[in-house]
Amino acid sequence: MMDSLILRTGVRLLLPLMLLFSVFILWRGHNEPGGGFVGGLICAVGFALHALAFGVKAMRDMLKVDPRSILGTGLLVGILPGFLGAFSGEPYMTAQWLGALGTPVLFDIGVYLVVMGAILAMVQTLMAEGDD
Amino acid sequence: MNAWLTAAPILIPMFTAALCMVAWKYPVAQRVLSLMGSLALVIVGGSLLSIVLDQGIQVVQMGSWAAPFGITLVADPLSALMILIAALMGFCVALHALGDIDPVRERGGHHPIFQVLMTGVCGAFVTGDLFNLYVWFEVMLISSFVLLSLGGLREQIDAAIKYVCINMVATACLLLAVALLYGVTGTLNMADLSVRVPAVPSQPVISAIAVLFIIAFGMKAALFPFFFWLPATYHTPSVSVQAIFAGLLTKVGVYALIRVFTLIFTGDREWTHGILMVMAGITMIVGVLGSLAARDLNRAWSWQVVAHIGSMVMGLAIATPLALAAAAFYMVHDIVVKTNLFLGAGLVRRMAGGSTDYARLGGLFKSAPWLCLLLFVPLGSLAGFPPLSGFWGKLLLVRAGLDAQHYVMVGLLLLTGLLTIWLVGRVWAEMVWKAPAEPPADTLSTLPFARSYALVMPLLLLSLITVSIGLQPERLLNVAGQVGESLYDTSAYVQAVLGTTPAPQPTQLGALETGAAP
Repeated sequence: MMDSLILRTGVRLLLPLMLLFSVFILWRGHNEPGGGFVGGLICAVGFALHALAFGVKAMRDMLKVDPRSILGTGLLVGILPGFLGAFSGEPYMTAQWLGALGTPVLFDIGVYLVVMGAILAMVQTLMAEGDD
Repeated sequence: MNAWLTAAPILIPMFTAALCMVAWKYPVAQRVLSLMGSLALVIVGGSLLSIVLDQGIQVVQMGSWAAPFGITLVADPLSALMILIAALMGFCVALHALGDIDPVRERGGHHPIFQVLMTGVCGAFVTGDLFNLYVWFEVMLISSFVLLSLGGLREQIDAAIKYVCINMVATACLLLAVALLYGVTGTLNMADLSVRVPAVPSQPVISAIAVLFIIAFGMKAALFPFFFWLPATYHTPSVSVQAIFAGLLTKVGVYALIRVFTLIFTGDREWTHGILMVMAGITMIVGVLGSLAARDLNRAWSWQVVAHIGSMVMGLAIATPLALAAAAFYMVHDIVVKTNLFLGAGLVRRMAGGSTDYARLGGLFKSAPWLCLLLFVPLGSLAGFPPLSGFWGKLLLVRAGLDAQHYVMVGLLLLTGLLTIWLVGRVWAEMVWKAPAEPPADTLSTLPFARSYALVMPLLLLSLITVSIGLQPERLLNVAGQVGESLYDTSAYVQAVLGTTPAPQPTQLGALETGAAP
């Protein structure tokens, strides 16, 4: 944890912006460069900055859930939509569409959560070494 | 329905891992999930094998992307057999882990990561795409890094670093080989490759790529001269992890070798299979000599893993239908026996107070006669005593070798068998008959009933498998025979994946270039 007023003030402004931007990137990835992986990284970096400024415990309190549970949820969100093809007798992972929205978006959200959970779990473990 | 069954060996452990991670804070829920997931995998593996044997090769195109472009999952007899046996080992080890894994490792995520490992193993068995195979290898390796270092002892970290380094090199080789092959042929679908590779004009390039594959998979399978990492790492993690590593990980490397060198690189057999033959012969001898030199039960078994990898690769190198069937039979036998031996060594370590050094062992016959009886099955099978499974495996290999007139290899195999009997005799004398250096701790009977039950049941199950293969080898022999035939004549595999057996055509890349030229 870095005790710096500038960083703290900056992070208060940056975190919401980065979260919004990560969601934007996730959405943009639907048809253009971007996607769940990059989005998840940006989101994780936002939280990691928060951990740098306010300490790991503050980040954990803000997240409310264990990063590893986020990772698991992301995996589930990635796996489950693949089964939707079963209703029309198609193989696993066949994309199902409802207008412009489809299962690939859900898969991307899953990737977003997996990347975010994995990176935050690493950040938490690495920073906890010195903190607790 | 069958399409879902083919994808299920990947989906079930992945799903189980995800659920275990969601339940990160609740170890009890994780235990139940892990056990249920492993059981489901066994059921799926069994039904997949019976369907494949009944109805032929099962193919599913992921996401409905047609064969050479999308990722194809293929269950042929070898894949299905390997999935079933891997699932059985997964179940036994998951059961053993309930008694074996301490709370620290459990909080560190043993159960979810074990399931990720099973995902990688099953994925490697079922995929029909070379790049996808690389991805599953990565899944398997990354989870094995974590399992290896879980617990954080000094010797574990030391072993993990060696293991990570050698595997980085192997992975880089594999990726390089895959990239080169793609550059030459323009496809990575294994069935498509088996059609296109013979049509490549410059065959020496293909032979060079084949050697890269031998190096890459040889490192994973611990073949000579790439075996040195194995005895340096396998004795360090928890017993359950040792058992699943010894049982499955190197065999995935052997499976990949068998797949690639029966389906894709068959044009220059003299060269590629000659190299494999030499490596296999030296691996057997070096492995068994190493196991005789070791003064520690766990290390001796690690060296034995290396030795018997050589036997399987010998079957692949001879490459007659009988030899391939023998390799498949031997692989099944060896997976069961090695898992069992490592689980048994774990129990012995518990009894001897935390060490498997020969000096600390002894008096097992007095302190735990039932355990001796149980341990005799894998030991006898390892040595190849009839009627246990090892005898039939060796017999098949010897038959195949004599038929193909590889007398030197048969000699080496028999010599390895003889030295293994010596090792088994020595282990039996040190472990069972010798008077113990200090009175045995007998920590087993002081454990809660459920825990000791979870520790011992897997040994019983695995020993039952070994005995039933030994007493009734016809069933596995029939399956192995089908495996051998399907590996020798791969036209059915290609037909199943591509729908037809098309004549080799210019690659997508080639077509684009010729189109752009005028």
